[in-house]
Amino acid sequence: MSRKPGNRMNIAVLLKQTFDTEAKIELDGGKINKKGVGLIINPYDEYAVEEALKLKEKEGGEVIIVSAAADTPDSMRQALAMGADKGISVEDAALADADEYSLAVALGKAVSTIPYDLVLAGWQGGSAQVAVRVAEELGIPHVNVVTKLEIAGGKATATRDIEGGSEVVEVPVPAVITAQKGLNEPRYPSMKGIMQAKKKPIQKLSLGDLGLSADQVAARVKVQSYSLPAAKAAGKMVPGEPAEAAAALAKMLREEAKVI
Amino acid sequence: MAKGIFVFAEVKDGNIKKVAYELLTAGRKAADQTGEELAGVLFGKGVASLAGSLGEYGADKVYVADDDKLAQYTTDAYSKVLADLIKEKDPSTVLFGCTVQGRDLAAKVAQKVGAGLLSDCTGMELEGGNIVFTRPVYSGKAIMKAAIPEVSPVMATIRPNVLPAEAAARSAAVENVAVNVDADDLRQVIKDVIMQISSRPELTEANIIVSGGRGMKGSEGFKVIEDLADAIGGAVGASRAAVDSGWIEQRFQVGQTGKVVSPTLYVACGISGAIQHLAGMSSSKCIVAINKDEEANIFKLADYGIVGDLFQVVPVLAEEIKKIMK
Repeated sequence: MSRKPGNRMNIAVLLKQTFDTEAKIELDGGKINKKGVGLIINPYDEYAVEEALKLKEKEGGEVIIVSAAADTPDSMRQALAMGADKGISVEDAALADADEYSLAVALGKAVSTIPYDLVLAGWQGGSAQVAVRVAEELGIPHVNVVTKLEIAGGKATATRDIEGGSEVVEVPVPAVITAQKGLNEPRYPSMKGIMQAKKKPIQKLSLGDLGLSADQVAARVKVQSYSLPAAKAAGKMVPGEPAEAAAALAKMLREEAKVI
Repeated sequence: MAKGIFVFAEVKDGNIKKVAYELLTAGRKAADQTGEELAGVLFGKGVASLAGSLGEYGADKVYVADDDKLAQYTTDAYSKVLADLIKEKDPSTVLFGCTVQGRDLAAKVAQKVGAGLLSDCTGMELEGGNIVFTRPVYSGKAIMKAAIPEVSPVMATIRPNVLPAEAAARSAAVENVAVNVDADDLRQVIKDVIMQISSRPELTEANIIVSGGRGMKGSEGFKVIEDLADAIGGAVGASRAAVDSGWIEQRFQVGQTGKVVSPTLYVACGISGAIQHLAGMSSSKCIVAINKDEEANIFKLADYGIVGDLFQVVPVLAEEIKKIMK
């Protein structure tokens, strides 16, 4: 349920866990081998957590981290260590093959179990769909790819990236706002924060607890295969002194590669 | 049964974006195999005159919504009109360019109609009656093939510049679309638009991109990048290292936390080739690397490489290219 915005703000932050950017990807029986791969908060979600904490520090209120996956993401503790108050983890074996549609249905239901004035999320965590879909599930507006956010008088005023520039969009709250790089500088968890995070509550909910059946979150998208990109043939190193090499390269780009 | 392939044709500054023609070309091939109709979908104010060009790239039909309420893009208005159209016409497939607008609109419409959506695709092929989409995942370190076999419409956003645009002239029938958007639907209010004035092409659509990284050593260093970009009519890009050092604005960043690009030619200057950068440019067709460090990872991906001081190489390259292109 959404509630009338007061000064104190209840902010839900959608969180997704992803592979460490540097992780080496290997296949095992046609699937991505997840064993031993380091997991991190989706980088854009860190901006969302940081923005929620800044708003809480200014207005008072609560920051609730919400995720939906087959298991509780370890990185939820990291968000709690940054300063979020509690977590809601929708976890269900039926979400193992979830797509963005499934996750949005589950996350939307989970968010609607708490009073909220604002929902923040990273603008993308692979597909750039889930937060926008959650806004639709909740029946509230969204502003996507936001680099600046102000909340006042029941309205969110957000500056968002568009191609070749930016635009300022105003929406009534509650709303879903998705964070783009540049919105803020995410803080590192302090030692005290890390200790406190261990004691913060994470509420675990199954799909059944949310009144959802596995059918209602059936994935539309069916993955057929994974493969690794073909190794690229060794490129051509252009030798010589800088001026000589540059001239030779210009010629190759024209005559051989035919790209200029 | 759902039938018909829709291509959403994004309009920017009164012109249809090139990616729409790329999608029509791919859509035409699929439609010819399945015997479906290919339709362009055109929204805006004063855009009706653009409908003909969609026919030139293979559209049998163009659905046009020309209305004051669509003069500026808002998710609320566009998604309402498009979802209404999808519910009425029941297409099998709806394709969008993977642009800021395409991604935003597609996700919203997909949830409105309960559809699956494959984002950021780099290819599509008809296999066994389904369109199978290819998309890079995990920063491009793996390739996923996926389909949406059971629930229609099948929706996808496809990267600009990865598919060819081929003219396939036919005259498209125009059908006007009802715009049923009332005040309650419109919650997003655009208060201001700030456009950067640039004579260079937009980064995500550019055919040629010249990017600088840590090797630029400072904001002044980017002058040589700009000169080369202007010599070959390209856009300027940057790595995260250069952006985080404050040498160039975030909007120029190519990579995982920046833009994804697929130009014909990508010139990486003083860029080491971190995974997070490769995620944004590895689908470029021809990659040139210029770097002092011969061990730099970027050379593994490069089609052409020069080991050397970029401040000596790049200005000469710009001059030579000017001579050639004269």
